[in-house]
Amino acid sequence: MYGWIGQLLRVNLTTGKITKEPLDPIEAKEYIGARGLGTRIWIRECDATVDPLSPDNKLIMMTGPLTGTLAVSSSRYEVVCKGPLTGTIAASNSGGYFGPELKYAGYDGIIFEGQSEKPVYLWVNNDEVELRSAEHVWGKGCYDTTELLVAETNPKARVNCIGQAGENLVKFAAIINDVARAAGRTGVGTVMGSKKLKAVVVRGTQGIKIADPKGFKEVMERINGVLRTNASTGCCGGLHEFGSNVTYSFLDDAGVLPVNNFRDTGTDCNADNLSGESQTNVWLVRTKGCMGCPIRCGRITRSTGKHASYAEGPELETIWSFGSDCGVDNMKIPMAAGHLCNDYGIDTITMGATVAAAMDMYEAGILDKETTGWDLKFGNEDAIVDLVSKTAFREGFGNDLAEGSYRLGEKYGHPELSMSVKKQELSAYDPRGLQSMGLNYATGNRGACHVRAFMPALEIYGLPVQVDRFATEGKAAWVKIFQDIASSVDSSGSCCFITFGITSKEIAEEMTAITGIEYTEEDFIKAGERIWNMERLFNLKNGFTREDDKLPPRLLNDPIKAGASQGYVNRLDEMLDDYYNLRGWDRNGVPSQSKIEDLGLSKLEL
Amino acid sequence: MTKLIRIIPDNCTGCYLCEQACSFHHTDECRPSATRVTVVAWGHVGLSTPLLCLQCDDAPCARVCPEGAIKKIANGVMVIDNVKCIKCKICMIACPFGNIKYDDVTSTMIKCDQCGGDPECVKICPSGALIYEDAGSANMIIQQKYATQLRTDSGEASE
Repeated sequence: MYGWIGQLLRVNLTTGKITKEPLDPIEAKEYIGARGLGTRIWIRECDATVDPLSPDNKLIMMTGPLTGTLAVSSSRYEVVCKGPLTGTIAASNSGGYFGPELKYAGYDGIIFEGQSEKPVYLWVNNDEVELRSAEHVWGKGCYDTTELLVAETNPKARVNCIGQAGENLVKFAAIINDVARAAGRTGVGTVMGSKKLKAVVVRGTQGIKIADPKGFKEVMERINGVLRTNASTGCCGGLHEFGSNVTYSFLDDAGVLPVNNFRDTGTDCNADNLSGESQTNVWLVRTKGCMGCPIRCGRITRSTGKHASYAEGPELETIWSFGSDCGVDNMKIPMAAGHLCNDYGIDTITMGATVAAAMDMYEAGILDKETTGWDLKFGNEDAIVDLVSKTAFREGFGNDLAEGSYRLGEKYGHPELSMSVKKQELSAYDPRGLQSMGLNYATGNRGACHVRAFMPALEIYGLPVQVDRFATEGKAAWVKIFQDIASSVDSSGSCCFITFGITSKEIAEEMTAITGIEYTEEDFIKAGERIWNMERLFNLKNGFTREDDKLPPRLLNDPIKAGASQGYVNRLDEMLDDYYNLRGWDRNGVPSQSKIEDLGLSKLEL
Repeated sequence: MTKLIRIIPDNCTGCYLCEQACSFHHTDECRPSATRVTVVAWGHVGLSTPLLCLQCDDAPCARVCPEGAIKKIANGVMVIDNVKCIKCKICMIACPFGNIKYDDVTSTMIKCDQCGGDPECVKICPSGALIYEDAGSANMIIQQKYATQLRTDSGEASE
């Protein structure tokens, strides 16, 4: 095959048996790769209603056909399983260098099944694959684990691993690759921990075959020309200059930067201290790119004194969650907390947002100092950093936090203070001032998520057209197309940031030149729709209904208090029926038989 | 005229596009193990630099080759004659920079050939970490950088 390698690795952790098998080319064409193909394989092989931490919940690490090629920003791989935080499908992707290396080793993906008795890691050295004891790195953080495993395998090896949070089954543990890149959300690291799989170490020297090298060179050079001169993605563009945090001040200006667990959104939170401009001017040491990426949004930052850190990060999503959402205006806190999260292997969004929910509950008198161990008012910097460590080890109040904000709220009688959808926390965009973002959060297949459809691109940046961010009319159609395209882009192995600069037409051209299969723009987007519906059917099988496509009551009932979005709530009800209708789903959000057949999903084993 | 692909280490951001483009040019595949330019990185703090053959005039690799398989061609580029080469790897050992390597997949010795005068790594690098220029004036950028320290009022030149 071209683009795809055509081979999968299957590792049974219960028996230790390792096998290789061919990739089904027809399925690959229809589900592309990574998120789509990984989910397709999971559904065929697992019972959707499985307990996420049982040995029967397979953990699939999957690349896409563009991963590791010269296609723009194509470093991504996806981890697919059933998610312990949400009970939905979990699909979490990450850049860095691990995904490409897996393909160079000769595999599109790895299917992990069963559960090991003792800690192990998988060493993949081209066609030589073995499970090795990980007793000596169990209990270690991701930085040490990575360094030790590279030292005992190959200096050019790439590592993904879990830290202590995954080992201790923190519900939102991440899988960290290349020390600071995270398959962060929905608890994929928790599933890896439940399998006693500490790490996957890969070294590969094989090539990815390109169907039409001459055509690909032409397409690649043309697309690079567009991407590299774009204001967001260009060589001197916003994402390179200020990182993903370029968006922070735009959110503040629009009055949609969440403050104090969304309680005080729009009030002054000294956002200038945490903006991308400030990060670059004060804290940035150098920038870093993932494999094959001309955007290079990665940041290496350094601080000294109390809470000192010197590491990769933090990203926008870490800065708002440990920053304005926790009432903090000191960049050293997101830097230190983010670094700890990378070392322990924790999703920074859920971590920060869960601390924020606890602070909200503390100020409302629901939690006290005896329970939390801290005077847990918004802005308590020392408490935030300390609670990250306590969460990783499930110590004291950290054991409550390790369940995420929804279960925390439930335990103390106030789940409504969890800013989450399907038990997964919202990202950096208050949907009261961004109507379509609310619809995207509510209908997210893995719970609230900004990368399932980055609606601020439409409602703030005006991409592809300028719209009224407070209007609900017409938003359902935008959410649908954004979700479908994001599904395809994720599945191709490309980074979603390229969609700021190029369209799905251009990505389809890359797909065609690389795979040799003719993808029109329509084919590419339809594959995304197929993937979105497949994920939906998985969730329906698990008992999710229209009732779960909702937002926290605060965002529907309490208007934003101040700022540029003052007075607004999210009007989800005005959009949801329209959205179901456009998707070809009934009033309860169930895909119609004709939609299922049209997308070729009637044979799904659900 | 002797040409140099000059490395500016501080500009490298570790995106490995140079390795990707080099291997694609030489193999028509995306296979970084076939790259002639190598990124060496200290990943946890994001430090990296590309390294590649600097085309020595009096090259140790050519001097030690028992078959006389390494020869200078136009632009001062040293190339390996794969028909003569016996893959003894002595050139790899002799190069003080480690800039000749053995490609395990094709069983050949590989090194930078400047892509025949239009190096792909230079064209694709988004960070300005690789520059293709006349060796005779390649020192000027470094001199200019230090000149601004010597001549502290040099800022006036741009006023």
